[in-house]
Amino acid sequence: MEEGTVYSQHVAQSADAWAIIHEKFGDAVSAFDPNETMPFFEVLDLSQWQKIALFMRDHPKLKFNYMACLSGVDYPAEEKVGIVCNLESLGVLNHRIAVKLKCSRTGGSIPSVACVWHTANWHEREAYDMYGMTFTGHPDMRRILCPDDWEGFPLLKDYKVQESYHGVKVPY
Amino acid sequence: MGLLDASISRHNVLVTSVDNVLNWARLSSLWPMGFGLACCAIEMMATNASNYDLERFGIFPRSSPRQSDLMIVAGTVTMKMAERVVKLYEQMPEPRYVLSMGSCSNCGGPYWEHGYHVLKGVDRIIPVDVYVPGCPPRPESLIGGLMKVQELIRMEQIGISRADALKKLAEKSVDPGMVIRRERKVAGA
Repeated sequence: MEEGTVYSQHVAQSADAWAIIHEKFGDAVSAFDPNETMPFFEVLDLSQWQKIALFMRDHPKLKFNYMACLSGVDYPAEEKVGIVCNLESLGVLNHRIAVKLKCSRTGGSIPSVACVWHTANWHEREAYDMYGMTFTGHPDMRRILCPDDWEGFPLLKDYKVQESYHGVKVPY
Repeated sequence: MGLLDASISRHNVLVTSVDNVLNWARLSSLWPMGFGLACCAIEMMATNASNYDLERFGIFPRSSPRQSDLMIVAGTVTMKMAERVVKLYEQMPEPRYVLSMGSCSNCGGPYWEHGYHVLKGVDRIIPVDVYVPGCPPRPESLIGGLMKVQELIRMEQIGISRADALKKLAEKSVDPGMVIRRERKVAGA
């Protein structure tokens, strides 16, 4: 965060939250991005993600008690897939921030935070279902929407739908 | 057109063919299976409810495929659901009829190109007798489709196949546009 920049109130709140996280975890987290729609930072050291998540949930000045969403993203140019977690402190401090994580596009994995926010349980399964990254430590790492024996991960940019499923033609 | 419209005289004795009686009984108590898959199901429920009142045709939903004559495929059939639809269809006793309601179950609808998870037409897995177009079809359209199923039943005879009955129905088809124009003319519109 550069000195002297003026943020709108909610971005400033998020910046303060990031500063606390950055102070504790240092280089494990990236610089703060004051995006007006949803300020965010990235977790660079994935092995720290569970600790960061617990810290964010329990620290008295952070209290991110609510995971509003967990989405998957495909970054084909970087050969990576990732997730974006939208976190809020609902009814306590009323600030919010997004956390991004990226892993390898083939066989990559991200630590699960289903034990921190129960919302993450199904959302991580959905991200796995659509993008193919696995979540280590997840209590039930299966597909959630597609059938268990579906081929490929549908929301990847280079996804090609399979010709048939159980003998039934899939394309139009 | 109905069997009871003919006047009954001579000590309530009515002489008719077995085909007629069987067809009349079937088409006057067409019980659909009570299941819906997507937004079309909302229209189907509205058609069942008091405003459109399907029960006046003897149509009311059953909770078990074993008691059903008709399957209204109301909504998007996903690849995952397709196997369940087949299983339900196979549990229905014959004679059974299938009405495909709405664009999704007709041909995949808005998911035809990018809907990797959608079955592009329920006729890929079970034989469909009547297609009702629309997204979703209004209750009037669904009733129209159900009347078509009743017409189909009327075409049936002992010893002729479903395909022949459908052929007979197609030969007997009336252009609805002509009927609409005639009715409008009568109404003075």
